[in-house]
Amino acid sequence: MECKIVSLHSTHEPPLLEVKNLVKQFGNLTANDHINLHIQGSRIHALLGENGAGKSTLVKMVYGALQPTSGEILWQGERVIVDSPARARELGIGMVFQHFSLFEALTVAENISLALPANLREGNLEQRISELSHDYGLTLQPDALVADLSVGQRQRIEIVRCLLQQPRLLIMDEPTAVLTPQEAQSLFTTLQRLTSEGCAVLYISHRLEEVKQICHGATILRHGKIVASVDPQIETAASLAQMMVGAEVHAVSHGTVAASGQPLIIAEQFSQAADTPFGVDLKAVNLQVRAGEILAIAGVAGNGQSELFAALSGEQTNNKPQAINMCGQACGHLGITQRRRIGAAFIPEERMGHSAVANFSLSDNIILSRHSLRDNHDQQSLVGRSGTINYTLARDINMHIGKVYDVRKGQPDPEAGSLSGGNLQKFVMGRELDRRPKVLVVNQPTWGVDAGAAALIRQALIDLARSGSALIVISQDLDEIFELADQIAVISRGYLSPAQPAQSLSAEQIGLLMAGAHETSTQAQTL
Amino acid sequence: MSAKIILEKRHNASPMMRYLSPLLAIGLTVIAGGLIFLAMGQPPLKALYLYFIDPLTSIWSLQELVVKASPLILIGCGLAVAFRANIWNIGAEGQLLIGALFGSSIPILFGDWQSPLALVCMLLLGALGGALFGAIPALLKNRFRVNEILTSLMLVYVAQLLLDWMVRGPWRDPHGYNFPKSVSFEGWHQLPIIIGNGRVHMGIILVILAVVILYWMMTKTIKGFEIRVIGGAPRAGAFAGFSQTRMVWFCLLLSGALAGLAGIIEVAGPVGQLQPSISPNYGFTAIIVAFLGRLNSIGVMMAGLLLAVSYLGGEGVQIELGISDKTTHVFQGMLLFFILMCDTLIYYRLRLLSSMPKLTQGGSLP
Amino acid sequence: MTGLEAFVLTVITASTPFLLAAIGELVVERSGVLNLGVEGMMVMGAVCGFGAAHLTGSPWLGVLAAILAGAAMALLFGFLTQILITNQVATGLSITLLGLGLSGLIGSNLVGLPGEKMQPLNVFGLNEMPILGTLVFGQDPLVYISILLTLGVAYFLYRTRAGLIVRAVGQSHQSAHSLGYKVIAVRLSCIVFGGCCAGLAGAYLSLSYTPQWIENMTAGRGWIALALVVFSTWMPGRLAIGAYLFGTVWILGLYAQAWGIGIPSQFLSSLPYLATIVALILISTNRRLSVVNTPASLGQGFVPDR
Repeated sequence: MECKIVSLHSTHEPPLLEVKNLVKQFGNLTANDHINLHIQGSRIHALLGENGAGKSTLVKMVYGALQPTSGEILWQGERVIVDSPARARELGIGMVFQHFSLFEALTVAENISLALPANLREGNLEQRISELSHDYGLTLQPDALVADLSVGQRQRIEIVRCLLQQPRLLIMDEPTAVLTPQEAQSLFTTLQRLTSEGCAVLYISHRLEEVKQICHGATILRHGKIVASVDPQIETAASLAQMMVGAEVHAVSHGTVAASGQPLIIAEQFSQAADTPFGVDLKAVNLQVRAGEILAIAGVAGNGQSELFAALSGEQTNNKPQAINMCGQACGHLGITQRRRIGAAFIPEERMGHSAVANFSLSDNIILSRHSLRDNHDQQSLVGRSGTINYTLARDINMHIGKVYDVRKGQPDPEAGSLSGGNLQKFVMGRELDRRPKVLVVNQPTWGVDAGAAALIRQALIDLARSGSALIVISQDLDEIFELADQIAVISRGYLSPAQPAQSLSAEQIGLLMAGAHETSTQAQTL
Repeated sequence: MSAKIILEKRHNASPMMRYLSPLLAIGLTVIAGGLIFLAMGQPPLKALYLYFIDPLTSIWSLQELVVKASPLILIGCGLAVAFRANIWNIGAEGQLLIGALFGSSIPILFGDWQSPLALVCMLLLGALGGALFGAIPALLKNRFRVNEILTSLMLVYVAQLLLDWMVRGPWRDPHGYNFPKSVSFEGWHQLPIIIGNGRVHMGIILVILAVVILYWMMTKTIKGFEIRVIGGAPRAGAFAGFSQTRMVWFCLLLSGALAGLAGIIEVAGPVGQLQPSISPNYGFTAIIVAFLGRLNSIGVMMAGLLLAVSYLGGEGVQIELGISDKTTHVFQGMLLFFILMCDTLIYYRLRLLSSMPKLTQGGSLP
Repeated sequence: MTGLEAFVLTVITASTPFLLAAIGELVVERSGVLNLGVEGMMVMGAVCGFGAAHLTGSPWLGVLAAILAGAAMALLFGFLTQILITNQVATGLSITLLGLGLSGLIGSNLVGLPGEKMQPLNVFGLNEMPILGTLVFGQDPLVYISILLTLGVAYFLYRTRAGLIVRAVGQSHQSAHSLGYKVIAVRLSCIVFGGCCAGLAGAYLSLSYTPQWIENMTAGRGWIALALVVFSTWMPGRLAIGAYLFGTVWILGLYAQAWGIGIPSQFLSSLPYLATIVALILISTNRRLSVVNTPASLGQGFVPDR
């Protein structure tokens, strides 16, 4: 692979895109603070940074989805005001969002048509979609309903939509976050084909290896400011990471695994039909987690993770008691409260509106998952016999958790919605971990959480396991999975692969499993 | 350079606006009402005085106010609980009528049974009837996922027709000269008057009891917490282990029972017999009462008194100025409209925005 | 005229207000807005249509007034729910309560006055044709308008770009916004269209069905229209079938009373309301159909981030 130092002003031609002193404020938060950026044609430029560093804000301004507070944007040397995405597309800027703006009940062609300007919609759009997607190796059925497509296929719609406009600059926001490693590789091939045709790519990521693999230049953001512009080819993953995080990367200490504890979570041939038409059916799931062990479940989003979480937590009950066993008790038929009473705890993926109520105070949010349990410390109960709530106790527990789990908040008992993602997750973790549960099931523990809080949360999870609890961690983040897991299983279209020791698996093997390599064998078993 | 007003979401809901908003809405209703009177060629100030102040100036009308407010408060505080849980029972009018029918079965079928127990039975049957009628939309929602708004409303028409048939048919007073009325309720089939020889009856005690109990339930107990969670964040409700299905039952049975109780109180109190029309849309007006009262039973009590004024005021302007008493429903409709409008200010603030983008360097915002 | 022909004729007249009100609400809901104010807009259309026709002597000016009245009520609803982002359920209720109150007040001097009946057409002069003459060619203009509107809405939703945008906005306002579509403007237009249709439905009642003003003369038809939209799973063709089914039920009740088959009239009058509930139960058994077609953002307010 070629390796040369990038000089930003080596050509006389103005850069394709230049951003000067761009500032974006949301209330009193400065999301982008005097950002400067140059992008040349035929190159893939990376925008690196932690969650919340301001990458998405920056590209949304370039794409016209947000308006800058101050500063200017130059396109091919001329100052432009990108006041809408339509204007951006006119200029030749296309964008593939991290969360696709697709319409589930419309077809692929309808979705693409909605995003195209009038002059590009003429003629036989369906045919052009087929041709173009075939050209770039992005197979798509123009008349398929989006609701029936996988995440990877949905991303293809977005890419094809952008390509139909023959963009000069393509912005991609965390494109591989939802792909299997193999799908990611084929995406890279498409991107290289594009740059060979003269198109520039602005590539947002926090995955260092792939940035090193495909990008020609990189700009690193931290807390809304540019900290460095580097050539990723000559940097190491470690040096990039350090620039991103701003300090030595937190290493999580793993400790030793207890030899063989009691199995505390068992699911045997657990099947459950989805309760919504677009949901995923769980098919003959088998798993077993011993005391002291962490089972990590990898998989691409939307392959049954939330259904599995609902089944394990008891939000969705099953009529077969034996289907799930926790702490030695058959509990397939038990609801979430009863499962909590036998020593289990659960942390869903979504914080707002699922594990916490945004407009409730933190102490009210304590009551949410602990109303039917006795407090660990002095065996007091949050709800008395007559059904009255002991608010004083709730406030005490909140203060205790705030201290132990380092929840940063402006006042002692604010509304949950006023906390940052990381702090709210620490609060939610604290609320559950403080009970010292024997069993913990957590979905995406560090999703949207800053690096510092993520390290703290992962350490807390490992500590809990080492103290003799059994944990299931569902995650789409492979780094996190390797950091936490003793055993790894992969979920794909509702099938769960048999768990294997973490050391024995490589990222590539997991990638194959994510793409469904185990489904046929599991299916064979169930027959 | 032009300027426009935009809404900006507040960081935290404004507690002050939560209580200011109803006052603002009342103010706007009075102003709009004055304009309507003006448009009708009436002296607006005099009409507004007659409408809003006059009913508060005599002992008789104050008693009448309490009598009119009772069913509104009773139904309103039940609806407030249901609306809090995001369960839209808008069929309280029908539940009221069925409650009245159930309760009236004692005086009509067992006219000779004169005992305090008969009255208690009437009240219990009234609540039972309302609850059973409320159970129909609950069953349909839980079993078939049919929207409760439409079913509860359709049942209002059914209840009206059922009542109409009963008082013209099987339950018509045989000695009533063919008028569509039941026998008049006498003795223990009527709610005792509690103030001298006035109009205020024992129902008011039940109303106060309901307000206090529901206030306690909503603020102090886990049931109230459950209602707030399910209404505000249903998935968090599932995470907390609260059952949406049971909540649907609870809310529709409770609000139905209270509406049914209001129904039997009306016929055993001020009306005194069954007739085709026993409620001037109390069940619908109570929806306004619930919203104006901030979905909180103490607030509902105050809102109920205010809406009772609108009934008396409507009658007042009709007698004094010859204006149609339909003004009552106009005022009520406007009030709900304005309260919803003003409630926006709880979650958003108005900001004047100039159309020029600001290019100042990093100015700080409050 | 044969008995059957007369029956079909009355079914058509009873079905038309359902169809008019429901086809408007279908478009509103397709754009992701739930307007429970149909009954209020309809009753305002009825009283204003009757009043204007009475004053001017022209039923067509009455129709125009009814459309404007429905649109004005819809604009109020749109202003609150789209600009001030109020709760759509509560705001719709307030429109219904306000409409019922205002119509009573406006109409208090119109009760008992003779109305201006809209004259049936004689399309191509084929009215006199035997058998189907009157049925096909001799209807009231609003009947033809209701059918044309239904066809037009079907064409609009599935064959035009604007219709695609409406469906997209109803599916996900966030996505539509990020593609640069003006969610609030699209929704406001749909809301006003719905108001016009509801007003027209009201005009049909007070200018054609029973050419006079009776308080609360909509008698829950607006609510039944709302149920019809659910029943149709948001598809115009099914909506038309549903509207005619309900018109038939409505008329069967009246006929049964006239035949005097010994069932109390109140029971027969309650048939349409009970039929509505039964219809909602029946349609709920096919969940995939409802879920796939339900506009995903139905009833949710949209606040653009700035």
